[in-house]
Formats: sequence, C-alpha cells, structure tokens
Amino acid sequence: MIQEGSMIQEGSMATDIAAPVQRTPLVEMRDISIAFGGIKAVDGVTVDLRPGEVVGLLGHNGAGKSTLIKILSGAYRPDSGEIYVNGEKADISMPRDAKKYGIETIYQTLALADNIDAAGNIFLGREVRTPFGTLDDATMEAETRKVMARLNPHFRRFKEPVKALSGGQRQSVAIARAIYFNARVLIMDEPTAALGPAETKQVADLVLQLKKEGIGIFLISHDIHDVFGLADRVSVMKNGKLVGSANVSDVTQDEVLGMIILGKCPPGATPGPGAG
Amino acid sequence: MTAPVAATAPPSTSSGSLLSKLEIDSRMIGMLAALAVIWIGFDVLSGGVFLTPRNLWNLSVQTASVAIMSTGMVLIIVTRNIDLSVGAILGVVGMIIGVVQVQWLPAYLGFESWLTAPIAVLVAITVGGLIGLFQGWLIAYLAIPSFIVTLGGLLVWRGAAWWVTAGQTIAPMDTRFKAFGGGVEGALGATATWIIAALACGAIVVALGLSRRRRVRFGFPVRPGWADAVIAAIACGAVLGAAAVMNAYPMPTGTARAWAEARGIAWPSGGLFIPQGVALPVLIAVVVGLVMTFLATRLRFGRYVFAIGGNPEAAELSGINTRWTLMKVFGLMGVLCGIAACISTARLNAATNAAGTLDELYVIASAVIGGTSLAGGVGTVAGAMLGALVMQSLQSGMVLLGVDTPLQNIVVGAVLVLAVWVDGVYRRRIK
Repeated sequence: MIQEGSMIQEGSMATDIAAPVQRTPLVEMRDISIAFGGIKAVDGVTVDLRPGEVVGLLGHNGAGKSTLIKILSGAYRPDSGEIYVNGEKADISMPRDAKKYGIETIYQTLALADNIDAAGNIFLGREVRTPFGTLDDATMEAETRKVMARLNPHFRRFKEPVKALSGGQRQSVAIARAIYFNARVLIMDEPTAALGPAETKQVADLVLQLKKEGIGIFLISHDIHDVFGLADRVSVMKNGKLVGSANVSDVTQDEVLGMIILGKCPPGATPGPGAG
Repeated sequence: MTAPVAATAPPSTSSGSLLSKLEIDSRMIGMLAALAVIWIGFDVLSGGVFLTPRNLWNLSVQTASVAIMSTGMVLIIVTRNIDLSVGAILGVVGMIIGVVQVQWLPAYLGFESWLTAPIAVLVAITVGGLIGLFQGWLIAYLAIPSFIVTLGGLLVWRGAAWWVTAGQTIAPMDTRFKAFGGGVEGALGATATWIIAALACGAIVVALGLSRRRRVRFGFPVRPGWADAVIAAIACGAVLGAAAVMNAYPMPTGTARAWAEARGIAWPSGGLFIPQGVALPVLIAVVVGLVMTFLATRLRFGRYVFAIGGNPEAAELSGINTRWTLMKVFGLMGVLCGIAACISTARLNAATNAAGTLDELYVIASAVIGGTSLAGGVGTVAGAMLGALVMQSLQSGMVLLGVDTPLQNIVVGAVLVLAVWVDGVYRRRIK
C-alpha cells in the first residue's frame, strides 16, 4: 500500500553532507560475481553506500556497472557474493524483493510501459485497489498529480500513454515511480544521458534534495563531470572488476580518468582487485 | 510543496472538436462508419434484403462464436503473442461435449435430463481452459514461441477432434443445450428482450453518473454535462434499437404454429406474430464482451497484460509475474474457445471434427480489423467484437448476393489487408 503524505520524509535523518563514515552502510554489496556464458561480467566487486551519500559508479561501456546494479535491483541473481541492507544479510532474487528493502531503480531505458499513462506506470506492480479488488484509478491519478506537481509542475498529460511524452517528461515519470514509495536507496542508471541542459540541471537539483533527506544514491554514469559535481565518493569498474574507490575530495578528475581508462589506482584511492 | 490538485477544479476540456469533447475514440467511429458503409452497400445491392430484421438477427447469431473468441485473442495479441489453435480447440471441445451429452450422460441421467446442458457447458469450459493453460505453460515457462506452440496445437487438437470418435459425427444434441445455438429454443422472446434492454440502459446511465461523480470528487477535469447526456442517449438508443430489431423478427409460421399448439393457443387464420427477441448466443457474446472489458480495463490482470505488451522488460522489472500472467491469458482464451464450442455445436445440432476449421484466421482477423496492433500493447475488446461483426457482415452479405465461395475468400482476405493498411496510415497521421 501507499504511504500517506509526502513520499519523502523531510529531515527524517541527519543531513550530514560530509560522508559520515562511521555509520552502518545502508547497502553493502560484498564480493559480487556474475558470469554470462563464461564471461565474468562482474568479478568480485565490493561497494557500499551510506545514508545521505551519493556514490558514483564509473567505468566504460561494458565495464559491468549496469550489471552490478541490476543485481542490487533484483533483475539478476549473482553467482556468488552477498548483499547487506542496514548491516543485515538481504535476500534479493526478484525486483519485488529489492523494492521491499526500499531499493528503487531508475533504469537507463526508464523501463516504462509506453502504452500506459503516467499513473499506470508509477503504480505498475503496486496498484492501489478498491475494496472490490478493481483498480482504483482515481486515487492513483490523484497521487500521480501530487508527485508530478513536485517533480514537473507543468506536467498536464495525465491521460496520455507515456509514449506521447517528451524525454524529460518520461524521465520525471520514471523518477516519480522510484521516489513515490519511500525509497531509501535510489539507483540512477545514466539519469541524464537523454536529457537537455535544463533537464539535466533539474535532475541534479533533485539528487541533492534527496540526498539531504537521507536517501542513499548510486549514480551510474560514464561522464565523470556529471559525477564529480554530485557524488561524495566514486567507485570505478573496469572489465567487471573494481579498480578502486575514493572520496571525491581525495582525487582529481584526471586521476579518476586514469582509473577508468588504464585501471591505475592513484594514491588517494583504496585499490580493488582490478587495480593494475 | 502542496499539490495543485484542489486548485485545478473541474476545468472542462476547453477547446477542441465535438469528438474530443465527447472523448470518443475516433478509431471506433471509423469502424462504425465502415460497418455502416458495408451494411448500406449490401442493402442496396441486394435490393433491400440485407437490412431486414430477419437478416440482422441471423447476422447477430452467426457473429457470436467468432466474436467471443476474438475478445480473448485481443489479450493474446496485446502481449505480443498469437494463438493459431483456437479453431482446433473449438473442434476438439465440441467433439468432447458431443460425446458427453449423447453417449456418456444418458447412461447415468437418462435422455433429456435438465442436468445435461449445464454439465456439457462445464465440461467445455474446463477442457478448453485446461488446453489453453497447457499451451500457455509451454509458452510462458518453457519459452517456446507462441506461434510454434499454437501451430502445433492446431494440428494436435484438430487430430484429437477426429480421434474422439474416429471421425464420426455426433447428433442430435440435447434439446436444452440447443438453446446455446440460438434458433427457436434459444430465442428469448419479446418481453425478456425489452427487460434486458431496459436494464442495460439503466446500467449505462448509472455507470456514466458514477464515473462522473468520482472524477468531480477528485477534482479531475470532466466532460461537459451535455456531452455525458449525448453519450448516454446514443448508447441507450443503440441498445433499444437493437432490441427493437430483434423483436421485429417473428418466428417462421411452422415453428410459431408448433409453439402455439404447445401452449394451447388457438391458431388464428391470419397467423401469429411471435417475436424471436435476442438470441441466447448473442446475449452470451455481449456478456462475454462486458466481462472481458472489465478484466482488461478494471483489474490488475488487465493492466499487467497491457504492460507486458507495452514493454515486457519493464513489466518484469516492476515485479509483475509476467509468466503466470501470460499463462492465464492463454487459459482464458481456452475457456472462450470452450464457450464458442458450445454455441457452434448447439447451432449445428451436431458435433463434427471439422467444426471451427479456419476459425483461427477469422478470430485473428477480427481482432486486427478491430484495431489490435500485432506489435503488442494496443487493442480493445469492443473493437475486436466490432471487427468480428464487420467480417461476418461481409461474408453474409456476399452469400446473400450469391457470390461464389472462392470469391468471398478473396474479398475477405483483401479487406483484411486493406483494413490494416488504413489503420497504419491513420496511426502515423495522428502521431
């Protein structure tokens, strides 16, 4: 069921912007591996995320970022490795499980059903129903109007299939779906890849706002400028392996580029198994 | 931040054409227009025979079986699948219920027991549903393409239909069961027809009123009041008009005389005008259409079916059990084939292993003419039923004109291709 009121509890957690290292990680993925047809897409990767923290996941196309994230969101099952949520071992084998733990994902493809309207997409798989078991479209539309008013105040096309919407509008629908259900962990896979400058700015503002509200965010991108502006830490992957992780303040953009391209771990970063 | 929900109190959709004010699907209007052209064209060509109560009554009965199956085919095509086996399933189910009511049940219940017909229908729905679920399981869980599974099914179930009695035709059917085929046993008569029509009109008005009240309560934009009134008037007019046509077709003299004698009514010299009223198979088709529309638009199941068709990966990532949903869609198709098998077996008053041959093509064509996109994700139950009516109108009109069977097939095939082309052009135009 939907929670009453706004989808984000304002100020429910301390808003400590400088990564609070001591706290229990919101999510920890330990030693995750998965192979497709003999090719190790993700090979022994360990990453973590704390409340109110933005972690940029960087790497070339095919480095294994999206695969790693799909394991966390329940789309793939890892061959080995464990996931901990709030320090407790989590069993995530289906997308539904991930959502149960408050892990929401905005996919690069947005994963919208193009033939269905905004409300249908936002509530897909979690429909509000009347006491008779039928779809409560009116309530869902009303809630959609509320959440969209916040993300995209000019949005009016509630009755049209999302196919008819612009790229930015579709993006807002995908974001609305992720944050409406009180997400605690948000995974954003290339959130700005298809957006213009104004819309990119809008997404950046949203990331900062959600971070302030104590939500942990994994930001996946191949564009390090994007990530440097928003992330507290970066983890870099190459050929399925973790090159290393670093606080953004401890490394330069050139050093991170070196991690991405050459797999070379600079002194300011903690090296992973993939460091060459 | 407060949502501007309360602020945007019912601004009626300001400008726009009449159609957009009424919020009527313009494609539906196009189909109705096409149907009108076909009907009037045939009426002119046949010298006024087509648009008679008698012909329209027959047309409605002939459409029922394919229309019922087309409602399930819509959902199957919406999920980006196809079912080529529906005619064969109809055939095997028809044979089984023929054997059940003519050879098995009389041994326990005696001939003409009142239980025979309900048991036969139950068997039809169960067997059809199980066949559909089995095929759905192969498609959804073993990931065999539906085209292949149901192409195999076409051969398997058609063969099985022959196997049931080694090819023998079974006749006649139980008297009560024959009502499912329409005809004299299955015509509801004038009074029942008017009552049903009145109830339908009441339901239309109540449904429109409730949906309007709901939208007002949530502060959503609503249609102008007169638009709702116009829609109610058109819908009720259509229902009452159909009832009047059905009631304007009297029983043939011989049957009417037998009917009168059975009730001890003296046969007047001028004959008796006993209206047939709506036929049972037509009523079943309408009810099936309403139930399927409800499933497709008001329940989570229908929402998932359309989501799978729109973007299978997104549906999966949303946590929808896409496989089970797909299996249910095929099971539902099987149930509808079972109902259609009852109607066509009863109408023929015999079970033959050839029943339903080529029905898969008519059913698919109905759904496609009715606006179901083979790319998936788009389609309506009402459109498919209208498509079935268009197909049957073409065929029955050509029979009326004495067109040879091969030419009939040529025309129907050409119309199918033409309809899909026109639809495609229309879709690109509105984008």
